[in-house]
Amino acid sequence: MTRISVKVDGTTYEDEVEPRLLLVHYLRDRLGLTGTPVGCDTSNCGTCTVDLDGVSVKSCSVLAVQTDGCAVTTVQGLAQGGELTALQRAFHERHALQCGYCTPGMLMAARDLLKENPRPTAGEVRHALEGNLCRCTGYQNIVRAVLAAASDEEVPA
Amino acid sequence: MTDGAVEAEVGRSRLRKEDARLLTGQTTWTDNIQAAGMLHLAILRSPMAHARLERVDVSRALERPGVVAAFGGSDLAEGMGSLPCAWPVTEDIVLPDHPPVAVDEVRHAGDPVAVVVARDRYAAADALEAVEVAYEPLPPVLDLEAALADDAPLVHAAKGTNRCYDWPMRAGEDFAAVRERADVTLKRRYHQQRLIPNAMEPRAVVVIPLAASGEYTVYSATQIPHILRVMLAVVTGVPEHKLRVVAPDVGGGFGSKLQVYGEEAIALAVARRLGRPVKWTESRSEGYLATHHGRGMIQDIEIAADRDGRLRGLKVDLLADMGAYLMLVTPGVPILGAFMYPAIYKMDSYEFNCTGVFTTRTPTDAYRGAGRPEATYAIERIMDELAAELGLDPVELRRRNWIRHEEFPYTSIAGLTYDSGNYEAATDKALALFGYDELRAEQRKRNERGDTVRLGIGVSTYTEMCGLAPSRVLRDLRYSAGGWEAASIRMLPTGKVEVVTGTSPHGQGHVTSWSQIAADVLGVPFEDVEVVHGDTRAAPQGMDTYGSRSLVVGGSAVHHAARKVVDKARKVAAHLLEASEQDLEFTGGVFSVKGSPEARKTIQEVAFETFTSHDLPDGTEPTINAEHLLDPENFSYPHGTHLCAVEVDTETGRTRIRSYVCVDDVGRVVNPMIVEGQVHGGLAQGIAQALYEEAVYDDDGNLLSGTMADYPVPSALDLPDFVTDRTETPAESNPLGVKGVGEAGTIASTPAVVGAIVDALRPLGVTDVTMPCTPERVWRAIHGEEGQA
Amino acid sequence: MIPPAFDYVRPGTVEEAVRALADGGEEAKVLAGGQSLLPLMRLRMAFPGLLVDAGRVPGLRGTRLEGDTLVIGALTTHHDVLADALVRRHAGLLAAVTATVADPAVRHRGTLGGSLAHADPAADLPAAVLALEGELVAVGPRGRRTIPARAFFVDYLESALAPDELLVDVRLPSSEGWGFHYEKFQRVAQAYAIVGVAALVRRDGGRITEARVSLTNMGATPLRAAAAEEALSGAADAHSVTRAAGSAAVGTRPAGDTSASPEYRAHLARVLTGRAVLAAAGMG
Repeated sequence: MTRISVKVDGTTYEDEVEPRLLLVHYLRDRLGLTGTPVGCDTSNCGTCTVDLDGVSVKSCSVLAVQTDGCAVTTVQGLAQGGELTALQRAFHERHALQCGYCTPGMLMAARDLLKENPRPTAGEVRHALEGNLCRCTGYQNIVRAVLAAASDEEVPA
Repeated sequence: MTDGAVEAEVGRSRLRKEDARLLTGQTTWTDNIQAAGMLHLAILRSPMAHARLERVDVSRALERPGVVAAFGGSDLAEGMGSLPCAWPVTEDIVLPDHPPVAVDEVRHAGDPVAVVVARDRYAAADALEAVEVAYEPLPPVLDLEAALADDAPLVHAAKGTNRCYDWPMRAGEDFAAVRERADVTLKRRYHQQRLIPNAMEPRAVVVIPLAASGEYTVYSATQIPHILRVMLAVVTGVPEHKLRVVAPDVGGGFGSKLQVYGEEAIALAVARRLGRPVKWTESRSEGYLATHHGRGMIQDIEIAADRDGRLRGLKVDLLADMGAYLMLVTPGVPILGAFMYPAIYKMDSYEFNCTGVFTTRTPTDAYRGAGRPEATYAIERIMDELAAELGLDPVELRRRNWIRHEEFPYTSIAGLTYDSGNYEAATDKALALFGYDELRAEQRKRNERGDTVRLGIGVSTYTEMCGLAPSRVLRDLRYSAGGWEAASIRMLPTGKVEVVTGTSPHGQGHVTSWSQIAADVLGVPFEDVEVVHGDTRAAPQGMDTYGSRSLVVGGSAVHHAARKVVDKARKVAAHLLEASEQDLEFTGGVFSVKGSPEARKTIQEVAFETFTSHDLPDGTEPTINAEHLLDPENFSYPHGTHLCAVEVDTETGRTRIRSYVCVDDVGRVVNPMIVEGQVHGGLAQGIAQALYEEAVYDDDGNLLSGTMADYPVPSALDLPDFVTDRTETPAESNPLGVKGVGEAGTIASTPAVVGAIVDALRPLGVTDVTMPCTPERVWRAIHGEEGQA
Repeated sequence: MIPPAFDYVRPGTVEEAVRALADGGEEAKVLAGGQSLLPLMRLRMAFPGLLVDAGRVPGLRGTRLEGDTLVIGALTTHHDVLADALVRRHAGLLAAVTATVADPAVRHRGTLGGSLAHADPAADLPAAVLALEGELVAVGPRGRRTIPARAFFVDYLESALAPDELLVDVRLPSSEGWGFHYEKFQRVAQAYAIVGVAALVRRDGGRITEARVSLTNMGATPLRAAAAEEALSGAADAHSVTRAAGSAAVGTRPAGDTSASPEYRAHLARVLTGRAVLAAAGMG
């Protein structure tokens, strides 16, 4: 067992963990932060994407011990005080989710893109999301939503 | 429609009520569920396609730390029935036994062999390695035609054959005679590769027992909580009234969660034995072996036509891969397709036969479209070939054969009565949006220049059958259950509304759409409606969600139930307003007396007055709640025209979709935004079949495309932007005029894409490319090795 | 799925890391970014008894110029390689290839050294470093040694590193002024390359004076297309480039798998070599 200290969504946790414990299982099974789901075992699907010290990572391919001393932001840490972020709002307004299972990862991947490239083209959005699979939407509305969030367009309901 | 009701909600792109939780991670996926003392199951699966189990020894696994119990197949066999097949399509179908854990023989790679129960998922995974199994290999059965030979090795030796069933259908004139007279006949063989559904949420099941009272709550990532409850009672012997089944948030299904899986029965049996909560969650690569596959057919199709292109007859012979066992509706999937091969075309003769074949592969079952995509593919592809043979434009050939809009209702040669449709309108709109003539001109130029990158255009004018299904039709097809759906409406004292539905959404947005339907009829605000679903205790009756049935049957049931509420409320309102019912108007949720508009009661006020019951008419039951069970009178028949332009790089074989236009007619639309989303997702899966996906097995029956790294699920970079539009020809068979949209995109798109590739390469002598049209297959087709991989 | 159990150490220096590797023997494995190793462990296709986490060893990240040689720390992430101005100037091909590796989240964790040490012939970066004629610097109990890229990739998933050696630096002679291009051919965006071709070209007056072509997934290791390179020398137009590219598959031994047959891979190598060289030479 290894002792780690990790800040997740603003709260610092100290825990003894097995070295092999995957970050996503630490979040889900130990911390009860089940907003971040698991969709594959080969790091292809991206549903488990979180922010680790300011960049997106796939939490199924990071060991909890590797995050000792780091800060993690999950989908559960995005909305502050019940207020959705512009990206979350855009996903809602553009119908960028159906079953919602890929949504946490899509949001974290898109958020990462917009930090580096606040005004992406549609092609750049598709490139940035290539590691996040969705089986419901055909991606078109996800791309629209990310572009809308980037331009902060308001969409009439 | 309700008299005078304001139809404000239906037809409006309401943003989804479902989203807020999903966007913030406040979800209830089955794997999220924790309970005190919960144990985790892990399942050891056969690495071999076919073998006799000489020995299964779990004793060393039991010694591993954290392991609470371990079972081989025979340990779990007592009291456990066979997993159910609800659709024995013929009287003499071969129905093999299907134990949830194999007892003496494994019949596909992934067949469960042993179950380990441990305190956490890590300990359970480790302990699997300590289970000792001795396998005596048996020959795999993989080739559908070879499997039917007299001396073929058998999947189920005791049954004496790999032939599961033969299901014939004949309609109209004798095909042989029609063929004899026809100017032109064409015969083609198409392959429907096996597909892995890949719902983003892997399957999971949690069982929480109340052991002393023998009660069990089963949470499952399922599309069918109601059917599952009945079937689990039958399989495990837990009395139905002691079982509660909940489908919490479910992350997609596409048919793969329309199933009664062994793991659900195993989890229930283990929770019952140990008296402890248990959880099983599939890993993705495990799911590739253990969750049913889709498609898997060889289609021999023959068409007979006049010189002018008029169809005379159609003959279809299918070999359908059942896989190793018959699961819930395995045998019925190709039979759903049987009715769709004639599609939108008029003809004099139709002959169909399907032979179900057992193989040593993962069982097949419903996958988005279930039988209809396969049928649509074969008929649309051979229509293209006929057009080429006759030198006709493929759109013109379709025009010469389709049912004209003034001919509806029209009974197809397969016996379906299409209630409404307008193929001309949808096609004309699609051609205009696509720029068909301009693209044809560009194609000619490129062909003349001998460009290395060729342009091709594909056409798919499909119809399909949704709204499963009139129960009497299901009886005739030997399906074991009915096709009705239930809805009830509870008017709460404060005027808020609960709609209870028997459908079980997993991404389709029923909460939003059902709210719109109820709000319209009741005249209450959209925001005042909540929809309850997916829990056999809270929503006790239902037939669940699959086959694009939910809106057509379930949504219509909501509409009917709401109308009953209004009728009941009218009686109370009349009493309160001291008027006769005939003198009441109901508009926008308000009952008012004709001629004296100040005398009014809202339906929400009536709900409160009914709650107090202080002043109800004599003999009135103190409720305005209502329930409606709807058995549909017909299927519904969405249709549309899809056009695809591809560019094929003849040097590499790479296909790029340049544009995709579809005009779908799904009848009246409740929520256009949701409908468009359903079409997008359907297109993605249909295109994925055409270009990318296939479950590939080696000669020993091992699944080579066994992880998500090997099975090419397309990403945002692999799919184009779609242009979608609609025509609206209301369905005649339900009060909403709706037809269903969940599968249309998948059904229509596959032949449009493959047709476009063949169209691009036809000048080079190519007449077919086997799916998926990988770059290598396309390249080989160009070089005269048609469809070879 | 769940990775098997292992022991874990997080050394603070290169020396500690090397000692941990030596103590761990055959069971020990370096954990760099983990983007290849952890998925393999989750599928229980790799069972290291000890992971030596090099992630916090100082001095293994970042780039510097030593004379005409660009030095990249082995633990530099793909993301950082892509963003690095020195890389773009002196090893543009590496940046172009790195941009095609996996996806942004994986590029945030995955490292150049980790990918090279994994020695997967289907991975893109080995071909880039081979074309750039790089050198790999390893530190072990017997000290530091420099291995040329052409000697580094020994066999399928097998590098020249000893089990107790840690890759610390990747040294790339500056290719400033060379034209470059990576032509990657995949089934879907996420998939490994069916074939990839990395081309590096020097031109003089419209004529190719030197061409280096290396191939991804055309054998058990990344390969240089020596026959094509030779034939490309002196090529001055698209036609002669395409003709020279016809020998790109000479000496290769591509595998067959669910994505492609060996013959098709050989065909692609020829077509893609032509395209990569034309793009690198600005002759497209």
